[in-house]
Amino acid sequence: MTSSDTAVPAGSPPPSGHVGAWAWARSQLFSSPLNALLTILSVWLVLMAVPAVVDWALLSANFTAQNAQECRQSAGACWAFIAEKHRLILFGTYPYEEQWRPLLASLVLIAVIVASGMRRFWNLRLLWVWLAGLAIVAVLMWGGVLGLTYVENSRWGGLPVTLILSTFGIAFAFPFGVLLALGRRSRMPAIKALCVIYIELIRGVPLISLLFMSSVMLPLFLPVGFSIDKLLRAQIAIILFAAAYIAETVRGGLQSIPKGQYEGGESLGLSYWQQMRIIVLPQALKVVIPPLVGIFIVLFKDTSLVVIIGIFDLTLAAKAALSDAAWRGFGVEAYVFISLIYFVFCFSMSRYSQALERRLERGHKR
Amino acid sequence: MTPQNKPVPSPPARRLSWNDPGVRALVYQAAALGAVGLVVWFLVSNTLANLAARNIATGFGFLSREAGFAIGENLIDYSPSSSYGRAILVGLVNTLRVAALGIVVATILGTLIGIARLSKNWLVGKLAAIYVEVMRNVPLLLQLFFWYALITENMPGPRQAANPMPGVFISNRGLKLPGLEGDALDWMLAGLAVAIVAIVALGHWAGRRQEATGKVFPLGRAALALIVACPLLGWLASGGSLALDMPELRGFNFVGGITLTPEFAALLAGLVIYTSAFIAEVVRSGIQAVNLGQWEAAGSLGLRRGLVLRLVVLPQALRVIVPPMTSQYLNLTKNSSLAVAIGYPDIVSVVNTTLNQTGQAIEGILIIMAAYLTVSLSISLFMNWYNKRIALVER
Repeated sequence: MTSSDTAVPAGSPPPSGHVGAWAWARSQLFSSPLNALLTILSVWLVLMAVPAVVDWALLSANFTAQNAQECRQSAGACWAFIAEKHRLILFGTYPYEEQWRPLLASLVLIAVIVASGMRRFWNLRLLWVWLAGLAIVAVLMWGGVLGLTYVENSRWGGLPVTLILSTFGIAFAFPFGVLLALGRRSRMPAIKALCVIYIELIRGVPLISLLFMSSVMLPLFLPVGFSIDKLLRAQIAIILFAAAYIAETVRGGLQSIPKGQYEGGESLGLSYWQQMRIIVLPQALKVVIPPLVGIFIVLFKDTSLVVIIGIFDLTLAAKAALSDAAWRGFGVEAYVFISLIYFVFCFSMSRYSQALERRLERGHKR
Repeated sequence: MTPQNKPVPSPPARRLSWNDPGVRALVYQAAALGAVGLVVWFLVSNTLANLAARNIATGFGFLSREAGFAIGENLIDYSPSSSYGRAILVGLVNTLRVAALGIVVATILGTLIGIARLSKNWLVGKLAAIYVEVMRNVPLLLQLFFWYALITENMPGPRQAANPMPGVFISNRGLKLPGLEGDALDWMLAGLAVAIVAIVALGHWAGRRQEATGKVFPLGRAALALIVACPLLGWLASGGSLALDMPELRGFNFVGGITLTPEFAALLAGLVIYTSAFIAEVVRSGIQAVNLGQWEAAGSLGLRRGLVLRLVVLPQALRVIVPPMTSQYLNLTKNSSLAVAIGYPDIVSVVNTTLNQTGQAIEGILIIMAAYLTVSLSISLFMNWYNKRIALVER
């Protein structure tokens, strides 16, 4: 290497115009007139919105008011309303002294979901984790054994109902959806037709119409004198709905498996079910884990629709808290509060799904 | 051992055997169809028995009976003395109105935010990311409740309505806008229709001429001129009776102008904001799917940036964008059924009232499902046709 006067000596810092906050701002925010204009507009937007929101939510907010009158006098949010009603919003009308049970049940459900996210459990052990988790939740919520008083499920409400509808929904919809996906790729025309009709029919109509169907038509479908519980009916509608979407996702995974894998299985003399269980499904399901997490997020949000048929989930519990005549007119506070709960769940799951996608991608790249 | 001495074995006569996959497949399929048939028969017979026990009529005869309930918003003529069939039609028109408007606005907003998220400007990119993450991680129903509560609880009454510009009023009775009124309106709409047909025809002609002669026709400017000129001609041809209908406060409420009711405004805002977050992600991934080399190659051919985007990048990005965009449009249409929760009279809410009055739940739910299936299938047929048009032509 020949050295000259113009060569930059190794190890010397970059020119001062290219480092530091000012250089960063110039390259990121003011690189062109249009960019500068956009920056100024954005700064204006932030300056308009952030102080107003901070003032409403924190500075002028009332955290300690004893009644609604006192709360209305402050210009900001009335968090005292949430402080007063948080037990009702979170646990609905579950007996007050027993509310540690739905709290514990919610924690168990969250633990089951978190365990499903860990690769350590991606084997048959996961099935046992789910079975144990769901059994513990059932015992905690219903009671009637181990000295717990019996609580009928018309009194369940709030966060545990939202969690139960979504986790039980995905747990039962998943095997059903896998079967539907296999059926749709079947070589038998009648089975394929049945699966296609089911999937397209369910995906073509809104969840609300299925919920209506479960609440008004299911009682008509059953033999005279036989009735099923309202919560169970909503749960069935959610399972039937989610299965169709899971089926389409799993079908995508099945299509991504090269034909040689099927043929290899066949040439080993494996039966159809052995081929699927040992060779095809383990590969196909691994590919579709990120979109399945996406379906779970959608399902978690969609459980809020059960409000329309009067199931006491988180959203309806918030509406019940709002209907108290003594605390009227704090809708925005209540909705912001439960939006935060939904957001924490959905955002962490979507972050997890993105991280997982990157990691699985790396596994395929060699 | 000499193989040629051995007689060629004739294929064994086909016998019914469990080892024959064809026979097995037939048996399985027959069993599956039989099981489904049995379940359907079981449900139908139960239902008929239940209906008979509860004295509920069956059939669609109720559609021609008088509905007897009022509907807050109707684009076509309707009064409580109209039939149930008419009421359901009003509901369907309301659904289509909010879905069509929502799709257009959400596409524009979502595209802008998707592009903003890719912006080199750090602040713009971060703001767009925050918007997308917040809006798509909160349930739509909750957002609808939120907007509805914001409008009806936190907006001033009509007398103190906010008046950001002349003729526009924002109050807890909804949004008031000035409208156009007069005989010329039909003529202007006809002019607009003529302009759209002419632009499509012109586009075909310009494409053929460019292929034949290489000359580029300034289609954009011509289209703009047609869009402005044709309705203007229609207005002149009609004799020019056109007035601005300004809303004004009289008594306790507004008269005149165009009204966006709180229900409609909340539903539209919720659908647009929720769906635009998803559309933004679709657009972003579509643009990112186009290789950087495509930009550079087009630039090295001497194309301007606008032309690069229009001729090279967008056609490729659209191939990635259109299929997920279709499912977003379908989602928006299906999500418009959440209107029932805030009292906008869409088809679900009208049918819900109908089945509460008549008790004919099965017919009502079949109508809802048939309506949504028709709309969903129409949208996906159209988008599939469009997708095929822009798809990569291979050997």
